[in-house]
Amino acid sequence: MTLSRRDFVRLCSGTVAGYGISRIFHPAVRQTLAETLTGERPHVFWLQGQGCTGCSVSLLNSAHPAIAELLLRIISLDFHPTLMAGEGEPAISLMHRLAGEQRGRFFLVVEGAVPVRENGRFCVIGEDRHRELTLEGVLRDMAPQAAAVLAMGSCAAYGGVSAARGSVTGAMGMRAFLHSAEIQTPVVNIPGCPPHPDWMTGTLLVALDAVGRHGPAEGVAEVMRLLDAEGRPTLFYGANTHQNCPYLYLFDEGRMAGVITDKSGCRYDLGCKGPGAMCDSPARRWNGAVNWCVENALCTGCVQPDFPDGQSPFYER
Amino acid sequence: MSQPMTIAIDPISRIEGHLKASVMVEDGRVVDARLTGGMYRGFESILKGRDPRDAVQITQRICGVCPVSHALASSMALEKAAGTLPPRNGRLARNLMQGANFLQSHILSFYHLAGQDFIEGPDSAPFRPRYARPDLRFDARLNALGMDEYLEALEVRRTCHEMAALFGGRMPHVQGILAGGAAARPTKAQIAGFRARCEGVRAFVEDKYLPMVYLAASRYRDLCGMGSGYAAALCMGGFPQDDGGQNFLFRPGVYCQGQDYPFDPLKVAEYVRYSWFADGAGGRLLSQGGGAVDMNKAGAYSFSKAPRYDGHPMEVGPHARMWISHAELSPVGARLARKYFGMEAAGIRDLGERFVFSIMGRHLARAEEAFVVVKAIQRWLDELEPGGETWTSPRLPSSAEGFACTEAPRGSLLHALSIRDGAISQYQILPATLWNCSPRDDMGQRGPVEQALIGVTVPDSESPVNVGRLIRAFDP
Repeated sequence: MTLSRRDFVRLCSGTVAGYGISRIFHPAVRQTLAETLTGERPHVFWLQGQGCTGCSVSLLNSAHPAIAELLLRIISLDFHPTLMAGEGEPAISLMHRLAGEQRGRFFLVVEGAVPVRENGRFCVIGEDRHRELTLEGVLRDMAPQAAAVLAMGSCAAYGGVSAARGSVTGAMGMRAFLHSAEIQTPVVNIPGCPPHPDWMTGTLLVALDAVGRHGPAEGVAEVMRLLDAEGRPTLFYGANTHQNCPYLYLFDEGRMAGVITDKSGCRYDLGCKGPGAMCDSPARRWNGAVNWCVENALCTGCVQPDFPDGQSPFYER
Repeated sequence: MSQPMTIAIDPISRIEGHLKASVMVEDGRVVDARLTGGMYRGFESILKGRDPRDAVQITQRICGVCPVSHALASSMALEKAAGTLPPRNGRLARNLMQGANFLQSHILSFYHLAGQDFIEGPDSAPFRPRYARPDLRFDARLNALGMDEYLEALEVRRTCHEMAALFGGRMPHVQGILAGGAAARPTKAQIAGFRARCEGVRAFVEDKYLPMVYLAASRYRDLCGMGSGYAAALCMGGFPQDDGGQNFLFRPGVYCQGQDYPFDPLKVAEYVRYSWFADGAGGRLLSQGGGAVDMNKAGAYSFSKAPRYDGHPMEVGPHARMWISHAELSPVGARLARKYFGMEAAGIRDLGERFVFSIMGRHLARAEEAFVVVKAIQRWLDELEPGGETWTSPRLPSSAEGFACTEAPRGSLLHALSIRDGAISQYQILPATLWNCSPRDDMGQRGPVEQALIGVTVPDSESPVNVGRLIRAFDP
């Protein structure tokens, strides 16, 4: 089921001819692109909570499809604090108006965790008619109207670094928060600190396509069937990092690296968390496929629900 | 005289983080300003009790635009505590990752964050909504050129991240920087890949980025003398040029009330009177007693603390670094300064304090800095020894203290830590945005951006475009 970068490129460029990929996907992505290139772009609202903007920066690194293609031709990114021209109340009211019009048909993307202590005041995302809007309040308002919530990155998915030991803000991931708020909207987790751009655009395209073919309710239900127990699409998170690591043979032969710059051995003894991590980085690689975490150093388990506390110390076994 | 009115803008978009600006406007000009940092995570408490080496990974999550700088500051603070220095190749590889990310960040800052302040994009998301009177002055041809460059800049900044990832594994959140140096010895192929990409980035900086910023400055000429604020600058020293870490591409220094001074880290202190923190949370480096948040503190209006140097608010960032180093202008910049402004300028100070400490001047200094950095990258690539060792084992004592200063794309960055019984007992972080976007301090002085907002023109209270323009010129 794992989609390699090359296959993804082919999928997104619509030239795939059967690469052993489940047939659910490849016509899907192609069709999504074909339709969105001509029809109305689907509305996406991107909220930022307790995060570092790293997920957005990673999204900007999207190459297939190119980020310009995604922003200008595939989706209508009506609210994104880092990218939108608008600011202040006009931007907030446009989002509210469009969300009302598109009720049940838009994707709500959340980057960063949501803090619930002190009535949500640890994260204020804007102001509307002289009223302070906390992320918590906006989520309570908008999440029930969304077809699905896409939790981009480990903070939005599970709390991540923002909810790590020592945090005093009551930071939560989306599933936990919506559950506590008794909001039934389905959540798709796209973890990683940050997630690979392909994981974000790929999940978005698959979701757009499913909704395009089956309508919001059944389309989202189809997407939910693709998720693992941690709410991640198995398309990208279905394989164990260690089991697919190009250095697995070194582990099997018992050849261990002694220091971080020694690349002749497996990094397990240095603290590599690959054995407990689920992502396709070994095959997909990062940043134009020039490198990836373990080739350069080691895995910190950043896609896992217990990152960072359960995945650290990072440099100890 | 018109009645003063208060305008609140929240969110200030196209920045990193959550910021609200509240300005009081009288007779079409800002007469008072307050900035509110609206989000708190509490890294300093999250870091307590952890393995000191993990700080290099955890602190990168403060900023996804400048993670390399946090990784560096944290590694260097640990190296200070251990009394070790990275090998030459490690220093060079780290400079190269940092340099690549500077280029990424500067290009992003001008085109994708501030760009919409000057260039009119298409009438669709994410380029709308705009203010009713957006004061965009380019004609159709220049707007088209600007948008072409906006799109090209998306590719160029992605290429910069590929450069950083060649030595650092991935971006953002770099794997390859840690206490003791860099995690991988650069191969010949990686160095060649870095060099080839850098040539393309250099061409973009010289042929597109610099000319576009000078052009924008010439069309928005009133913004070349607007928003001078304190005209005080701080640089803590960026990009070590020797293995002892004594000489820098951007030398440390302080510029205050027209005078230059050496930088002394012991003169840095934080104030919290107007911040949502208990009073013990301020003070000099590693002297903080408490640090607890206090959301109900009377008079407080920001999660940002107020760092001051010897009691003075300081601007940090490219214009501060360039000013303190009196850096040379690019050939294209010197030519365009003559063409558009009739100025004979060899170095940045020749443009004058009023120009450099302005909305357009800060953008211009950032573009000029990109050229300084891209040239330095090409030198560092020549100095790098293919396959040479990049890391040395830091022997961290079970109890120690260390602090380190560096420069992030958006300004000075300081990390300080104490280690007790092998774990972090205290960690203090002073990022650039704290300096620039701080609230008032205990003495009642406004933060630097608050001060720079004073006098900014707001001819139409429904379209307060210059407020956001001024803030984004600092790239917070």
